[in-house]
Amino acid sequence: MIISIASGKGGTGKTMVATNLALSMDSDVQLLDCDVEEPNAHLFIHPALEGTEIITTPVPQVDEDKCTLCGKCGEICQFKAILVIGETVLTFHELCHSCGGCMAACPEEAITEIGRDLGIIERGHRNGLDFVHGRLRVGEAMSPPLIRKVRSHTRPDTLTIIDAPPGTSCPVIAAMQGADFVLLVTEPTPFGLYDLKLAVGAVKILGIPCGLLINRSDMGDDKVKEYAHENDLPILMEIPFDRRIAEAYSRGKALVEVMPEWKEKFFELYSRIEEMAMPTTPSPLTGEGRGGGGNRKIWHERTRDHKW
Amino acid sequence: MGVGIERFGMKELVIISGKGGTGKTSILAAFAALAENKVLCDADVDAADLHLVMAPTVEEHHDFQSGHMAIIDQDKCTECDLCRNLCRWNAISEDYRVDPIQCEGCGVCVYFCPEEAIDFPLSTCGEWFISDTRFGPMVHARLGIAEENSGKLVTLVRQEAKKLAEKKAFDLILTDGPPGIGCPVIASIGGASAVLIVTEPTVSGKHDMVRVAQLAAHFKVPGMICVNKFDLNPEETQIIEDVARENDLVVLSRIPFDPIFTKAMVQGQTLFEYNTNSEAGNAVRKIWEELMVRMGS
Repeated sequence: MIISIASGKGGTGKTMVATNLALSMDSDVQLLDCDVEEPNAHLFIHPALEGTEIITTPVPQVDEDKCTLCGKCGEICQFKAILVIGETVLTFHELCHSCGGCMAACPEEAITEIGRDLGIIERGHRNGLDFVHGRLRVGEAMSPPLIRKVRSHTRPDTLTIIDAPPGTSCPVIAAMQGADFVLLVTEPTPFGLYDLKLAVGAVKILGIPCGLLINRSDMGDDKVKEYAHENDLPILMEIPFDRRIAEAYSRGKALVEVMPEWKEKFFELYSRIEEMAMPTTPSPLTGEGRGGGGNRKIWHERTRDHKW
Repeated sequence: MGVGIERFGMKELVIISGKGGTGKTSILAAFAALAENKVLCDADVDAADLHLVMAPTVEEHHDFQSGHMAIIDQDKCTECDLCRNLCRWNAISEDYRVDPIQCEGCGVCVYFCPEEAIDFPLSTCGEWFISDTRFGPMVHARLGIAEENSGKLVTLVRQEAKKLAEKKAFDLILTDGPPGIGCPVIASIGGASAVLIVTEPTVSGKHDMVRVAQLAAHFKVPGMICVNKFDLNPEETQIIEDVARENDLVVLSRIPFDPIFTKAMVQGQTLFEYNTNSEAGNAVRKIWEELMVRMGS
């Protein structure tokens, strides 16, 4: 089963929830930190890192001896990443979306692909917890392809928890799509509520069951609860503001380690999510046959033959 | 002479944080109450919150059109499968329908379809507004849920804010930026006079501040930082400020943890409207004065 932890508004406690949920599981669990712009989960999990992989995305390289300056590459490119000007063909790798259109359109077969660095993926573990995160290269604009690469490490046989980035646009979609359940972490404030509504909209577009976790539940007002009630969104857990929790977080300590009584509550949270996601028995070979997991096959296909 | 910011002409201060939820928008709203002759700009287009405090009266409303989406005409399609083979996004289903969420808008299928069966209309993926507020004019936007092109919309609202400031002969733009370091953040800070990084004394706050500071340096934008909620962990605050100086950031005053941030937000007010003399409000006022010195106003 895949549980994606998202929020809309930043700083509501996604990483705190994702890490503590992962640390509260007695069985094997996988934590994928897909907030590749600002990955933080490792600061609380302290995994023993085992390997680093440089992730690239294909961008065009033109063989000028073969190029006849016909301009077809610039015609097909929607992103102004390649164009012919005068007697030369220019490429702008940072604008390229890696669609391969220019290479396919070139009648002279003058275009091949080289890699643009997107960032790195690091893998590690801590006891039965399998940890993977992506780190976007500083200066790189496109995070979704790196998020998809992190997700290609999904193991079909275990529980996978995804720490998603904030917002409601393409990076968040990349971190939620194909999940069996989305847990939305919010706070009871006007900013929290406004961004929560946007996040719920995104989850509905994807058709994934979801529930709420209200963090700092005693600061602010009651409007998030009213909204949840009116829209039949289950509130699966509430965490009140507690200076001890904030201070533990500030030092990189997991809540369930500092206050072990929370471990049971996070496990209960998991049990409620499991009920709501209703996965059927998975086939260990294909990972298919689970509720809401129809897109999982696509993730695996994407890693093959270089498709996203 | 501050951080090398130009002394004359229009200035734009962009507030960013790396990590979300550090107080960017509340602090920018408080600055709005202190600054004169400025345009407000909300560049956090996919989770825009500044309007919740500013309560803008929309004066101009525009659609934001950007990018294209492939649509297959089932009557013309001969199911030759070429589009499915070429599409790197797996956006075309086995029955030849395009998934709008997966479609990247690259147009490869459109270009190669031998039957010319694929339409490629321009997408409307958001809207943007010019508004009036009790603190002056504001340019803001709303990106459609699950849409792309956030960077282009950010660039657009910043350009419109600049045009508006020129028209009104204002010399300051206050821009609320998005969290992270990716596409919309890059679009938010390019060409800005300075960025103010609002961080918090946590291991995440430090980690994310360093990455966004590196991003500002990469685009040669001078950076300043302030630590919000500093008293939640004074030792970490000190470490963050030391790291910031090592990264050539100017360190401004600290802001204490104060529930007034939440209370003011619930009332739709700035810190100063909620309480003219709070500890946090006074710290923000001091930071504003430091900023004005640094920015040469």
